[in-house]
Amino acid sequence: MSLKGAAYIVGAFEHPTRKATDKSVALLHAECAKGALEDAGLTKDDVDGYFCAGDAPGLGPLSMVDYMNLKVRHVDSNDVGGSSYQVAVGHAMESIAAGRCSIALITLSGRPRSEGQATGTAPRAGNPAQPDMQFEFPYGPTVVNQYAMCAARHMYEYGTTSEQLAWIKVAASHHAQYNPHAMLRDVVTVEDVLKSPMVATPLHRLDCCVISDGGGALIVAKPEIAKSLKRPLVKVIGVGESPKGQMGGAVDLTYTGARNSGPPAWEMARIKPSDIKYASIYDSFTITVLMQLEDLGFCEKGQGGRFVADGNLISGVGKLPFNTDGGGLCSNHPANRGGITKIIEAVRQLRGEAHPAVQVKNCDLAIAHGTGGSLGTRHCGSTVILERE
Amino acid sequence: MAYVQRKVPFIGSVDTNPETKPFWDGCAAGKLLVPKCTTCGKSHWYPRGLCPYCFSDKLEWVAASGKATIYSVSVMQRAETPYAMAYVTLAEGPTMMTNIVDCDLAALQIGQAVTLTFVPSEGGPPMPMFTPG
Repeated sequence: MSLKGAAYIVGAFEHPTRKATDKSVALLHAECAKGALEDAGLTKDDVDGYFCAGDAPGLGPLSMVDYMNLKVRHVDSNDVGGSSYQVAVGHAMESIAAGRCSIALITLSGRPRSEGQATGTAPRAGNPAQPDMQFEFPYGPTVVNQYAMCAARHMYEYGTTSEQLAWIKVAASHHAQYNPHAMLRDVVTVEDVLKSPMVATPLHRLDCCVISDGGGALIVAKPEIAKSLKRPLVKVIGVGESPKGQMGGAVDLTYTGARNSGPPAWEMARIKPSDIKYASIYDSFTITVLMQLEDLGFCEKGQGGRFVADGNLISGVGKLPFNTDGGGLCSNHPANRGGITKIIEAVRQLRGEAHPAVQVKNCDLAIAHGTGGSLGTRHCGSTVILERE
Repeated sequence: MAYVQRKVPFIGSVDTNPETKPFWDGCAAGKLLVPKCTTCGKSHWYPRGLCPYCFSDKLEWVAASGKATIYSVSVMQRAETPYAMAYVTLAEGPTMMTNIVDCDLAALQIGQAVTLTFVPSEGGPPMPMFTPG
């Protein structure tokens, strides 16, 4: 039985903060929950399912359900990094269809900026019992140089250029100029990106996303409840998730988990990439966007560089408006996890609530794709396709 | 520019994961030991106690020839001491994460032939790395 349309996103909220020195992570989660409930026209006591991931402090759902004093009958905690929130939407829809809950709350928050985290450039020491840790950490893997190895291989195999990657940042910056909350609001050029300092070859500073505090929340509800509320109807019509690793040493850095999370989502939605009016594509780095666009089927494998060039991702200019809030590349990347903000901007677009300068006309079909972990080692791709009803 | 070796941190000890201790003992003896499954015949990386292809526990350690080619490489420039993060594909099959050392970092290329070397780590055994040639 297809779950297409078994749930709707009825509430969405993005925390306006980008630096929260005066707030705890738990408080940010709760403020996001409050914002999303107000957006939906619901109250705290309406929530009967709670979903979170590894950014939730303490023992995940136990700590946050207690902090917010929720009275839920269903909890779910997955952790696949920044893609956890697309996964949560899918799991919430399944839980709703199974009768486990009818109004699900999903939250994300974090404050890596206030905590001075060198998110991209410092190798992260983990538990040495993590099975890969001793075989990788000594070599200095950072978030940036792992993604940079994907970019280098893509350039080697397909002739992708730094100029083409730079167009992705250029497009994001065109959108961010209209977002008063965005960290980087200046419109940049391809030359600006190429002249920015090299972090890890071939990725420059402006190929990277920002480091920000903040968060977001979503309310996912069953159809009867969605239709009783006063908000525009945003229906979940396709979901997919797929982890990808090093495959026992058969490493292939040329594709992402989207290759396998996309097909079940497209199949459930019964639409194709060319039907999509707006795309939220996870943008930890420019290369992340390029590879996911290929793997989701927006262009042939290896053609991503040509697809993103010349403003093709700029709203009102190109064929595929993407990340019209400025995305992680320019606006925010709360908790170093950009999955939920991708979904929130897709909801804005479908409701017609994006900034008028970037609002896509007649936006009835949108995709919000997430990547969590690292494309260079282990990650998850997760896809959500939404329809304005 | 003269090559400067980044300090190599180890994490945990060779006893942290008991089934991979022979690997670290091999490093101490100057050998890169690659696990090979005697049931399905496949080598794998990183080392595990069960074959990630067929779940057999019939694994043996095979000393690698030390010949490899660069699958991908990125020079970490925003670091106290720049270094080359890489994946190399071993002649024996698997592709492993490593560093390319003792060379002109700017000249490194995908597809380039590299050879095994060992670099001392802080707090652990020498780590297998590669150098052009």
